[in-house]
Amino acid sequence: MTSLLPIILGVLAIVGYWLGRQRSRKVAAVGGGLVRLHSRPAYHGALTALWCSLPAAVIYGVWLVFESQIVTSLVVAGLPEHLQALPSDQLGLLLNDIHNLVSGNIVSQNSDSISAAAEHFSSLVSISHALLAVVMLGFAIVGIILALSRIKPSMQARDQVEKVVNVLLLICSTVAIFTTIGIVLSILFEALRFFQKIQLSDFLFGLKWSPQTAIRADQVGSSGAFGAIPVFTGTLMIAAIAMLVAVPLGLMSAIYLAEYAPRKVRTVVKPLLEILAGIPTVVYGFFAALTVAPLVRGFGASLGLDVSSESALVAGVVMGIMIIPFISSLSDDVITAVPQSLRDGSYGLGATRSETICRVVIPGALPGIVSGVLLAVSRAIGETMIVVMAAGLSANLTANPLQAVTTVTVQIVTLLVGDQEFDSAKTLAAFALGLLLFIVTLILNIIALQVVKKYREQCE
Amino acid sequence: MSKQNRENRSVSELVQAGLKRRYRAEKRFRLCGIAAIVISLLFLVILFADILGKGLPAFRQTHIRLNVFFDPAELSPETLARADYHGIVKKSCRSLFPEVTGRRQKKSLYKLVSAGAPYEIRKIVMTDSSLIGTIQELWLTAADDLDMLMKGTISRDPGGRFNNDQLAWIDRLEKDGRLRQQFNFTFFTSGDSRDPELAGILGALSGTVLSLLITLLLSFPIGVATAVYLEEFARKNRWSDFIEVNINNLAAVPSIIFGLLGLGIFINLFGLPRSAPLVGGLVLTLMTLPTIIISGRAALKSVPPSIREAALGVGASPMQTVIHHVLPLAMPGMLTGTIIGMARALGETAPLLMIGMVAFIVDIPKSFTAPATALPVQIYLWADSPERAFAEKTSAAIIILLIFLICMNASAVYLRRKFERRW
Repeated sequence: MTSLLPIILGVLAIVGYWLGRQRSRKVAAVGGGLVRLHSRPAYHGALTALWCSLPAAVIYGVWLVFESQIVTSLVVAGLPEHLQALPSDQLGLLLNDIHNLVSGNIVSQNSDSISAAAEHFSSLVSISHALLAVVMLGFAIVGIILALSRIKPSMQARDQVEKVVNVLLLICSTVAIFTTIGIVLSILFEALRFFQKIQLSDFLFGLKWSPQTAIRADQVGSSGAFGAIPVFTGTLMIAAIAMLVAVPLGLMSAIYLAEYAPRKVRTVVKPLLEILAGIPTVVYGFFAALTVAPLVRGFGASLGLDVSSESALVAGVVMGIMIIPFISSLSDDVITAVPQSLRDGSYGLGATRSETICRVVIPGALPGIVSGVLLAVSRAIGETMIVVMAAGLSANLTANPLQAVTTVTVQIVTLLVGDQEFDSAKTLAAFALGLLLFIVTLILNIIALQVVKKYREQCE
Repeated sequence: MSKQNRENRSVSELVQAGLKRRYRAEKRFRLCGIAAIVISLLFLVILFADILGKGLPAFRQTHIRLNVFFDPAELSPETLARADYHGIVKKSCRSLFPEVTGRRQKKSLYKLVSAGAPYEIRKIVMTDSSLIGTIQELWLTAADDLDMLMKGTISRDPGGRFNNDQLAWIDRLEKDGRLRQQFNFTFFTSGDSRDPELAGILGALSGTVLSLLITLLLSFPIGVATAVYLEEFARKNRWSDFIEVNINNLAAVPSIIFGLLGLGIFINLFGLPRSAPLVGGLVLTLMTLPTIIISGRAALKSVPPSIREAALGVGASPMQTVIHHVLPLAMPGMLTGTIIGMARALGETAPLLMIGMVAFIVDIPKSFTAPATALPVQIYLWADSPERAFAEKTSAAIIILLIFLICMNASAVYLRRKFERRW
């Protein structure tokens, strides 16, 4: 029933638009033609539709947000005394049962008081829905009547409609800000709860990461070590291997495409390199885990080395392949932006093409290239699926790329997809890691954007 | 003067002497560039060849032809739904190989047929109950190990997955023409399953379509509105600079952070149902918004000021100028940005893992609040499964995902080429 209400409101709004337009035309005809109107009939119609739909929509939204809370508290107040005095988690289970009974799901326990409470719940909900429908439609119709009564030739309908549209646009653009605030608050809130249980210095400087917390007091293996350094070194090692692969390949590809390649080769090869960036990372992870890792392991075994099947090398190389197009396209842009006069001066002095590139163009484009590399590093640090599928879970503090290491993103995924309760230090550790990840990538992005901005100012 | 000539000559001689070395260095540098491009493209080719090689066999499925006797003693019209179809399948197997005795041998025989074969028989007899009492020759799905054997993925070595008896039976079935490979319709019509031969991507596809529908419906209007406001109406002060820096940062935040946001706010604070396409769509909306806003602003910037001034000169208000004149001209750029953002949202896995779309869902989701999974998450789940047959199913699902992505990106490129106007 409530899902029909927005559709009915939409239909009413269309009717209001039509009525408003007709009325404005009639009023204009009396006064001497359409030219007497301040605003065209469409704006009068739009104003009527807005008067009809906006107050009703606001009421609908607010009502639905608060409905379940109010109804639940009324139902709890109607429960018998001994049930109201239950501790909060048992009361929560009871409420779950009542909700399940109402929606026809399976319940864990049933009794007279629960069935009575469920009936009370459904009756309250239907009363509330009926009330909502009446209030909404009432406001909508009153809105149409009010708007119609105010239509006159001198009414500045267009200005009012445009003001409303302006406000709507402003509200939409605050969504981005609310997203950032939401990210910061949600992560910060949970991370602070974590830091109440574990010391900040233990987390930042501890050398052992073993996030087990005991469910019972006497459980074996319940030592909870939350030192994040092994996890960070794992992330940095895999990111470093990825950069070792991506920077030479990406930079040389960009140089060739920008300086040497004929037009046709460039129009064909550039989109092909972009395809590498468009492949979902889960595909790269599957490729790394099922094809590359056994190959590297077999190759290492034939050389006599002990390569883990979840080595940092495999994850790093595949991540590097994914990052090549980032560096290639960003470097391509900055290299083509270097003024031709610099190149011409170098050729005039007798330098070969490679010498011009190495000594004139690259130093000129260096800030842009560096910012591209920083953005790529930020992407490598935040990458999840490749490392979840190809890297390991044990936090090794090692510099050997052939061993298994774990990264920050892998730990976040394992801690939150697992089965510990939400309050324990183990699960909250994921939010603390997420906070550090967010801060590090934010700093890298800001530095990269600042470098680009300063470079652009230098060039102009 | 002769001394100068001598010095000049020696300088040019010096240069001449070094030229060969410099030309060689130049050639080496050029070859390095070509090698870099070739290596990068080689990675691409190897990746595609690997996925295609692993995934194409998944589009065919082995079937066994059995003589099924619809025993009227077992099947009466009242108990049709709950009759012992397992027993009927077992009897058909035994009727083909009457020499099989002993429990262990019989168990190896039954292992050749899929665990879903009884349900296939059930469906056939429930649609057409006149079959009761007849013997029909039915093609039923073979077990996943038999399927892998027929496709050559696992070998016929005696020490492998099959014992000698089973290999002998399989050879006889092949000789009698009772084994054939058909197009694997089950892959497209069924949801997830623990048996690889019965697993399909329909559930994951529906979940993805529902989530992306919400993403499109929310992110396109909000993104366009934000781009229009920031580009046309906002005054250039510190507040708008802050919003711009904010949006640029959001575009580079790792996707897993958006998952944490969805978990913390949409599921914990707002109490939305876990693992629903609604929450997945909301999280993907927040991820796609910065892309749409940035490309929208670029599209609006590219419309020349003469259009705006002409509209203002004819008497339009600023809002009318933007909505009636600038926006339609910038729309192709905004659409390509939206399609590219959608393509990126299609392949995202990490945020969906955080909001719980990682459960084993068998039913096809029918509403925005039913538990669902998404195609990239399905790929991730299948990649973890131990059965050999899931490796090819995962590759086949990746092929489907890549086909969607190629279509979306190709349409974006086509739109851009068709509607691009040079001012």
